[in-house]
Amino acid sequence: MADVKEMKKALFGPILDSNPIALHVLGICSALAITTKLETALVMSLALTTVVAFSNLFISLIRNHIPSSVRIIIQMTIIASLVIVVDQILKAYSYEISKQLSVFVGLIITNCIVMGRAEAYAMKSPPAMSFLDGIGNGLGYSFILIVIGTIKELFGFGTILGYEILPLITNGGWYQANGLLILPFSSFFLIGGMIWFIRTIRPEQVEPKE
Amino acid sequence: MSANKETLGKTVGVVLAVCLVCSIVVSSAAVGLRALQQTNASLDKKTNILTAAGLAGEAKSKADIEALYAKRVSEKFVDLDTGNYVENPAADSGKAFDMYGKRAKDPATSIKVEGNVGFSSRSKIANVYHIKNESGAVERVILPIHGSGLWDLMYGFLAIDSDGNTIRELVYYAHKETPGLGGEIQNPAWQAMWNGKQIFKDGEVQIEVKKAAGTNNPYAVDALSGATLTSNGVQNTLTYWMGENGFGPYLKNQSWNEG
Repeated sequence: MADVKEMKKALFGPILDSNPIALHVLGICSALAITTKLETALVMSLALTTVVAFSNLFISLIRNHIPSSVRIIIQMTIIASLVIVVDQILKAYSYEISKQLSVFVGLIITNCIVMGRAEAYAMKSPPAMSFLDGIGNGLGYSFILIVIGTIKELFGFGTILGYEILPLITNGGWYQANGLLILPFSSFFLIGGMIWFIRTIRPEQVEPKE
Repeated sequence: MSANKETLGKTVGVVLAVCLVCSIVVSSAAVGLRALQQTNASLDKKTNILTAAGLAGEAKSKADIEALYAKRVSEKFVDLDTGNYVENPAADSGKAFDMYGKRAKDPATSIKVEGNVGFSSRSKIANVYHIKNESGAVERVILPIHGSGLWDLMYGFLAIDSDGNTIRELVYYAHKETPGLGGEIQNPAWQAMWNGKQIFKDGEVQIEVKKAAGTNNPYAVDALSGATLTSNGVQNTLTYWMGENGFGPYLKNQSWNEG
């Protein structure tokens, strides 16, 4: 069993030090599309964290039995099954949000973070550590999504989780909503800004000049 | 790392085992949660109908919505050609009637649609909803409408007063329009502008979605700024469904007033 320090590193490292979105630039597609409102960002974060954690766990459990010739297919089978289960649970218990997330829950299957962690970490690490690594990377993804979701919802709609913070002109207030922030591509600027910010406080992440 | 894990037998064995376990997990999740999902979907539809009925504020909990729906809403089936009521054509199948599914495609149950409304055929029979007041008289008729917006078909309910002419609500419940632009068709402020607008003038469909419609014009509603194509889509949808090929004959019959 790994020592506590290593476990902490697996769990909290991916939030700033090796963030899957900011450092590895993985999982951008869903981060662009579903961060318009904080609520969807939260549910998506939860769904992805669950899927990464459990796919890491199960893949790690059978890692010594997976023939390397078919390992990607086996990883995909496990990930796809988990995603379908998560999607079914969302449809049953959180119908409104599952309607908003629509295809993006299904697209967790192709989210590079899940495949990336399965291939890079779970295939060669023991189950408990893999599980923690999955949660850690899920948290790293969630961290970015929550920050971006907050910025986009606050300045795009004047609300946080549906509660009005900045009263909109259209509703008799003073705030003119920023339409740019509602569109998916505005996340490009925001994620770019976050990568800049993280690399300013963690200069070791900056790639050496070629 | 055992050396023999790359043999053919082992590979096939592992793949089969993984597939078997995964398929059991997936199918049990799907079967186990199906009842809950169907309840959710039907509750969602009822909530939308109650919203179009202007009754959404009166019920919050699931049980309240079900009770209010059972008391005030009744579903009717209309042959759109004649505008007369028919029996529920799906009554024998044991499934709920769905005018958007197979029924809208199958040549036996659908007709071709010309024009730019966004679909090429529709069901011959539509399900409408009567909203009764406390004493049992029909006060609103809710018509299902759909047509293409900018990105995809937009599905909604149009609530019309019992005079067959005055709009009360236009509620879109499923669409893929851009949030903040075309998505504003779900903005309560815009939805509220429809209340009291007139559809027909001298028997022709007159209702318009246009720029600077003004609040006093009973036949026009302001178009959404920055969403011309969505606004045009709403216009085409209404023109089609209120016209002779849509609910026109039914709205002229006004058969809901005959008891």
